[in-house]
Amino acid sequence: MNSNNVIQAEGLTKIFGDFTAVNAITFEVKKGEIFGFLGANGAGKTTAMKMLIGISLPTSGAAQVAGFDVFTKAEDIKKNIGYMSQKFALYDDLTVKENITFFGGIYGLSKVKIKIKTKELIDDLGLDEVANQLVGSLPLGWKQKISFSVALLHEPKIVFLDEPTGGVDPITRRQFWEMIYRAAHEGTTIFVTTHYMDEAEYCDRVSIMVNGKIEALDTPKKLKEQFQVDNMNDVFLKLARG
Amino acid sequence: MGILVSNISKSYKEVKALHNISFEVKPKELFGLIGPDGAGKTTLFRILTTLLIANEGKATITGFDVLNNFKDIRKHVGYMPGRFSLYQDLTVEENLKFFATIFGTTIEENYELIEDIYVQIEPFKNRRAGKLSGGMKQKLALCCALIHKPKVLFLDEPTTGVDPVSRKEFWDMLKRLQQKNITILVSTPYMDEAALCDRIALIQNGEILQIDTPENIVKQYSKVIYDVSANNMYQLINSLKAYQHQHSVYPFGEFVHYTDTRSDFNPKELKTYLEEQKLSNISIERTQATIEDSFMEMAK
Repeated sequence: MNSNNVIQAEGLTKIFGDFTAVNAITFEVKKGEIFGFLGANGAGKTTAMKMLIGISLPTSGAAQVAGFDVFTKAEDIKKNIGYMSQKFALYDDLTVKENITFFGGIYGLSKVKIKIKTKELIDDLGLDEVANQLVGSLPLGWKQKISFSVALLHEPKIVFLDEPTGGVDPITRRQFWEMIYRAAHEGTTIFVTTHYMDEAEYCDRVSIMVNGKIEALDTPKKLKEQFQVDNMNDVFLKLARG
Repeated sequence: MGILVSNISKSYKEVKALHNISFEVKPKELFGLIGPDGAGKTTLFRILTTLLIANEGKATITGFDVLNNFKDIRKHVGYMPGRFSLYQDLTVEENLKFFATIFGTTIEENYELIEDIYVQIEPFKNRRAGKLSGGMKQKLALCCALIHKPKVLFLDEPTTGVDPVSRKEFWDMLKRLQQKNITILVSTPYMDEAALCDRIALIQNGEILQIDTPENIVKQYSKVIYDVSANNMYQLINSLKAYQHQHSVYPFGEFVHYTDTRSDFNPKELKTYLEEQKLSNISIERTQATIEDSFMEMAK
């Protein structure tokens, strides 16, 4: 594997019975890249992502994530990646601090390290006043920022963001993307799935899955040129509608 | 007569969910309520569909008062809540029959209204609603909200979590329903959908920021916006934010939308500054405001 690639997948395939959910996808994601993983409902995105994060065994093909093989080293993958989704991120009935301590513990950080990281995170996000409040009482935008930071606690090589920013106001959404840019700038690879094509425009490169296959993969700019449209939404519609 | 909302306020304990909301939706209008989670959209929908009582203010739906004539309103409106609220254990057809029966009608009687939506899910009519994909659930929910031929349709975030193809189809359906004399109030957190409405209200923290056509809202944006790009996005954002004359700096896909505080702003100066910050491949071009720019400027 090219040491500069954090994900390398070749012919990665998942078959359920007689249904091929993911059909021989091949792609790589570089260190520090923001990679958008797009596709319509049912295109195979979630299945592909489950294989990449080590919770679903591929039927065939090969893939390495953060330097580990998805077939034989799934447990190592889990330790070396971060994961955040809109659906599940933090425990609402724990405080901000408790959530940080909990997730730090899960990822095997030492008590000292957790203490340092907690302070860092709280200072960074300006959460001093709410550090001892239940996460459930905080606005959605704050939760998203905290859960992204929590996904980075153990300094993973790559973070998977599964539809991370739905529903928040446009300013908060941009603050969130600024955090993503910063993490990428510091060398963390970002793998993001989203239904919102304006978000796809923020990515360095995007892939679009249709019926289990990656049908397009390039920078948003080049994809727009290739399909002769002026936004990613139209690229997506052209591809997914065939 | 469409929808008339005047001075509606609603609080939950100390939280003000809606503060003095007033607007009017004309008959056959497609009116959008655009705002993020927590703006108060759902509270407003629940008040207008008579499921919740406001603390203050008045509202009428096709002339019926939400307090005094709630039974009439319920007969004449269709409501698609944000959360999927059909019976997961009933099949597609059973759900539709159920809602038709509740409203004292039959699928056949109003089939014409739902036909072009229902044919898309008819192949799955014996499938349980819980087993449908997101896009199909949404179509079924819309059919159920239409089966009694309502005069006014309330759609609370119908496209949240739905992929772009289904979203496009959904908006096409709304346009067709409008042709069939239905007044539509639809909410969405997605600013790009605002352009598809006749008029919109931008709402945040329980207050309306502006009401107008999407075109006029964009026109009223007073600043000149520049698309700025450079070799490194993260450094570009930081440099622009540190620039003493910046008015706003917002990432917008592959560009940053930049506005300056000065009326005699010269892009060349900014370019020189960015070069001093060690950025390269700098491009600064004038661009058009979007609804999102307007929203952010007002919410600032």
